[in-house]
Amino acid sequence: MVKLKIDNQEVEVPAGTSVLDAARSVQIEIPTLCNHPDVNPSAGCGMCIVKINGRIMRSCCTPVAENMEVITTDAELFETRRMVLKLILSNHPNSCLSCVRSGACELQEMANTFNIVDAPLPNLTKRYDIDDSTKAVVLDNSKCILCGRCVEVCQNQQNIWALSFLNRGLATRIMPANGINLADSPCIKCGQCSAHCPTGAIVEYDDTAKVWEMLRNPDLYTVVQIAPAVRVAIGEEFGFEFGKNLTGKTYAALRRMGFDKVFDTNFGADLTIIEEATEFVRRFTKAPESLPMFTSCCPAWVDMLEKFNADMIPNFSTCKSPHEMVGAMAKTYFADKAGIDPAKIRVVSVMPCTAKKWEISRSEDMKSSGYQDVDVSITTRELAKMIKQAGIDFRNIADEQADNPLGEYSGAATIFGATGGVMTAALRTAYFYITGQELAKPEFKDIEGLEGVKETKVTIDGAEVRIAVAHGVGNVEKILDCIREAKEKGEELPYHFVEVMACRGGCVAGGGQPRVIGGEYAKPYGITDKIRELRARGLFDEDENAANRLSHHNKEIQTLYEEYIGEPNGEKAHHLLHTHYTPRPMYKGEED
Amino acid sequence: MSDASVAAQIAAKWRKKRGSLIMALHELQDIKGYVPWNDALELAQAMNIPLARIYEVLTFYNFFKLDAPGKAVISVCTGTACYLKGNDKTLEEFKKQLGISEGESTPDRMFHLQCVRCVGCCGLAPVCVVNGKTYGRVTTGDVSNIIAEWRKKFEEEE
Repeated sequence: MVKLKIDNQEVEVPAGTSVLDAARSVQIEIPTLCNHPDVNPSAGCGMCIVKINGRIMRSCCTPVAENMEVITTDAELFETRRMVLKLILSNHPNSCLSCVRSGACELQEMANTFNIVDAPLPNLTKRYDIDDSTKAVVLDNSKCILCGRCVEVCQNQQNIWALSFLNRGLATRIMPANGINLADSPCIKCGQCSAHCPTGAIVEYDDTAKVWEMLRNPDLYTVVQIAPAVRVAIGEEFGFEFGKNLTGKTYAALRRMGFDKVFDTNFGADLTIIEEATEFVRRFTKAPESLPMFTSCCPAWVDMLEKFNADMIPNFSTCKSPHEMVGAMAKTYFADKAGIDPAKIRVVSVMPCTAKKWEISRSEDMKSSGYQDVDVSITTRELAKMIKQAGIDFRNIADEQADNPLGEYSGAATIFGATGGVMTAALRTAYFYITGQELAKPEFKDIEGLEGVKETKVTIDGAEVRIAVAHGVGNVEKILDCIREAKEKGEELPYHFVEVMACRGGCVAGGGQPRVIGGEYAKPYGITDKIRELRARGLFDEDENAANRLSHHNKEIQTLYEEYIGEPNGEKAHHLLHTHYTPRPMYKGEED
Repeated sequence: MSDASVAAQIAAKWRKKRGSLIMALHELQDIKGYVPWNDALELAQAMNIPLARIYEVLTFYNFFKLDAPGKAVISVCTGTACYLKGNDKTLEEFKKQLGISEGESTPDRMFHLQCVRCVGCCGLAPVCVVNGKTYGRVTTGDVSNIIAEWRKKFEEEE
């Protein structure tokens, strides 16, 4: 432990702590635009200056030292910070009124805090072409303040290396190699860059207008579904505490917006489990050479697999993701049952995710119903905006239920939104399929939580099933390398079943989740481990209190198989609920 | 030596040495005259370095060229002496006559225009250097002659 004085307060923190974090431990909030607990300090913005033993230094990248004396604010520091901020603003467009991040922008908040109302510096902002090539995330370098969070997250947390710093000095920009478009780069559309951006430089691709257009077209029949992670995060946009489960209010709001049917992706999650557990049991008991099996619900992970790890394609579960399954069922099973022409049905998915926008047209398999199975995918942030546009008093609206037949779900489905959840759900059902009995304790605490790679072993009918769970795709490489090595040496596999979610914490911390300013855990803004834990808790609580915690006991799912699909993994299931994978180059044109 | 093997050979030489990316890129540019996209891509794979990192380095240092340079490299000295003696005007004249900016090449790849900071003969200021040949006390009026001289030279070679 190191003892120092911050603003004349005695502080004791572990060695290696930054002065900025040490100050936070005694409720002193040093302003910063680049520091974030998920990334290494880059000393990019210059706002966090303090006086250390009389010298002005950046507190984010200065570790504490014994007997250090730190002053975090005085007249000189205040004026210097204001000047730093003015310089940043002189290179940032004054377009707050028409910026999607307005109201949730760290730069805007900082400008307000420092009262930047007088004598601005001349504005030198350069206009750059906006890169919306992915139709999932949108990059506008004009609004970039070069804090470097997105680059750190993309390179070091995710290990994707789509984004980088190009050029130097005033010409510096955040772009893929050689200034190519994101769509031609290794980008997996996870959107973690947008989840960490302090300004409006990287945001989701806006599809709200498309959804309103569908809702206002009287000839269309619109159905909507919400992903598990949406229900525990949407409340933040309306002043609810982090992690509050607001499923009923969200259903009610969607109905008021005009959707003809309100379904739930959780139904699709249960359906995924039936297919995926069946697939795993077949591989485990009859085709051990096709192990390990990887989960496939996360489209950013699918994108990464096809681009970076095509050698693992035979090991990938062929199951589509839950919302794609709901889309396919809405335009076939539901359309049949309700007597509606599927050509007139439009399926809207509300997802915590930016990659889902890419997934809906990923391949021809996404048109298994004969139409595009999911027409539009919007993020939680976009839904919140639409609820506000519709003038719905979300805080006070009464809970409602989802519509059937694609609305019922088990506790196993709802935990899909948190790391470890899909695996837990799959094991519950796989155990039942192999043994004919239910697990005595349907929880696997070893694979919950925020450790980057988690492992557990489950004994099913005398056989040991080795499990790994990775989240934040930078963590998956370790697992893949272990597997490749074992295969090469002909050794026993380290794992049989592996869950991967591209975002740290799983979908609860997806690239499309709310990013509010303020609230009970105000700073640092955006996504933090505390917020990840609270949202995950919201889902695990729902599971623990659910009347049914098992996908295979979902009555509507049982009816679906009896009336329509037949056997899990059967011919119809394969056509509608499964997909194929194709190796693709990391960089477009690479094969030339 | 085929295109593919240049990058492969350079990678084989440098891949085991930490912090050697710059050396590898220097070598690649020495051989090719610039760093082509396909070679950078091949180098990335062979050295197991993300392509994004390679372009971070390539675009950080002015030295590296991403496009094929022109056959005649016109270096206009903008060091203190040459600049004060009016080489800023010479530079503008080259830009105007060639229709390119500093650091660019003409579409026919005949000329490349760049600035250098002092070539070590300030007594001749203002100075321009084309492919090693030095021109002293240059005026804007000399620009068209210099361009014509090199164009003629290349045409005769063909």
